[in-house]
Amino acid sequence: MSEIRGIYTLWLREVKKFLREKPRLINAFVQPLLWLFIFGTGMRFSAGMTDYNYQEFIFPGLVCQAMLFTAMFMGISVIWDREFGFLKEILVSPISRSSIFLGKMLGASTDVMLQGIIIFPFAFMIGARINLPIFLEALPVMLLITFGLVCIGLTFASLLKSFEGFGMIQTFINLPMFFLSGALFPLTSVPEWLRWVSFCNPLTYGVDAMRTIMMGEVFVPLFPMYIDIAVLLGFAVFMFGVGTYAFSRTE
Amino acid sequence: MPPIIETFNLTKSFGSNTAVDSICLGIEQGEVFGLLGPNGAGKSTLLSMLCTILKPTSGTASVNGFDILRQPHDVRRSIGIVFQDPSVDADMTGRENLQMHADLYDVPVIEQAARIKTVLDLVQLEARADEFLHAYSGGMRRRLEIARGLLHYPKVLFLDEPTIGLDPQSREHMWDYIRDLRKREDMTIILTTHYMEEADRLCDRVAIIDHGRIVALDRPSALKNGLGGDTIILGTKDSTRLRDHLIAAKISENVEVHNGEIRVMVVNANILLPRIIESASAAGFYIDYIYLTHPDMNDVFIHYTGRDIRHEQARGQLGKMAMMRRRRVR
Repeated sequence: MSEIRGIYTLWLREVKKFLREKPRLINAFVQPLLWLFIFGTGMRFSAGMTDYNYQEFIFPGLVCQAMLFTAMFMGISVIWDREFGFLKEILVSPISRSSIFLGKMLGASTDVMLQGIIIFPFAFMIGARINLPIFLEALPVMLLITFGLVCIGLTFASLLKSFEGFGMIQTFINLPMFFLSGALFPLTSVPEWLRWVSFCNPLTYGVDAMRTIMMGEVFVPLFPMYIDIAVLLGFAVFMFGVGTYAFSRTE
Repeated sequence: MPPIIETFNLTKSFGSNTAVDSICLGIEQGEVFGLLGPNGAGKSTLLSMLCTILKPTSGTASVNGFDILRQPHDVRRSIGIVFQDPSVDADMTGRENLQMHADLYDVPVIEQAARIKTVLDLVQLEARADEFLHAYSGGMRRRLEIARGLLHYPKVLFLDEPTIGLDPQSREHMWDYIRDLRKREDMTIILTTHYMEEADRLCDRVAIIDHGRIVALDRPSALKNGLGGDTIILGTKDSTRLRDHLIAAKISENVEVHNGEIRVMVVNANILLPRIIESASAAGFYIDYIYLTHPDMNDVFIHYTGRDIRHEQARGQLGKMAMMRRRRVR
């Protein structure tokens, strides 16, 4: 019982802090807007995609991008906790390390989901095909994507001892994962090597699954849905294991 | 009754540096026990091992009857800790910080609100409880951390430098809280300090730690008496003759004249003082002034470690300030 209370309180802390941080919320709201309306509009009229609206095409990718960046940031927040000493308070409590990790993970995941969801209203503005059943269908896929990404962030936070490595994460995790996920361009017409590298990126399957749900018949999926889900699930489980292990070794 | 804390050859090495060197120690239930030593003496390392944060290199210890190696979770439930460095979440309110702690330590939900109120009252933060910690002063945060350490009514409370960085008034307050606590809660309190006065006035027993070893352990008064007691200083016109008189009257053998004053080294000055005055007056000596000096903990510390803690402290403080500055810059 005590473990569940501990997990709950850690979850609550993450969510409260996320909702209180107004500048971050505003930033999170405006950034996808820029991508969608400036980058999206520009590309729509110059990239020459005729099968579908380019903005509609990148929309699921931008949801994934917002979740990716937030997940890394929230995961890394463990470093803040270490820096300001609060991590010590948690680590000496009777709660087990795996419960602490789970509480953090669920809290950060809630934040990431909220982040993904607040972008959805933009879909109406670009005239994308979206309604409540589609939205509800997208949620579980988003949750799977979120778990895997948050665990990446938490794993790095357990390994890094200070903020010096934070820029590295931006350069070596965030941007490659974003660019190589097919979020901004279809992977059907890119060179072979780029396609294969992208296929190694778990986020590719997330973007693919989201598009399958949100774009309907106009979009030809890279993989059938069950493969997307299987990869995302496998990746989430794997990263959860790695993250728990890494976190339980911190002191 | 067995000691509430017992260590058995507890040792911790970092590479070739032995921070804690096979310490054997017994702390009784209900004591306020002080670990006194300069920075780097091994106080915090010892504390960290007792709190199960650090694993000993060899040896072990028991806290509240639980082994720190085999039953760390039971140990953690039995203890409260107030760290030297802040460990509160400044983005949350005082009450929220306490609420999280109550959840982490499994304080029953129906008791939580009442307990939080009790500890807030104790540290006089009730009125500010719903403000974010950004608005708290350093002393208030410290008090909140103490309140938090008490929230789950631990058997043993560890205080790592509880009054560091507090102004003298807050320090007095803190001492009152600590004394009060022990009386009310039947709690054992172990604190580390490098303030001599704190060890002297607050602790029932003090262990002086140097280079990872306990070099002295006793009640503060016994430690001070162990140095040979007090010095009576006496001013008179005819010091040499009075000295001879005092020796002849068999009041003390340790009488000497120093800078024109008579210095009498005695074990128990409170008893000898009236006898000296009486004997001198009876023999017709006129005493200009007379006063008494007690050795303080600093003398005790110098005696056992050969160093003056104040210098050590000043050096440590500089290092600490540099560290804080680095932090702020980041």
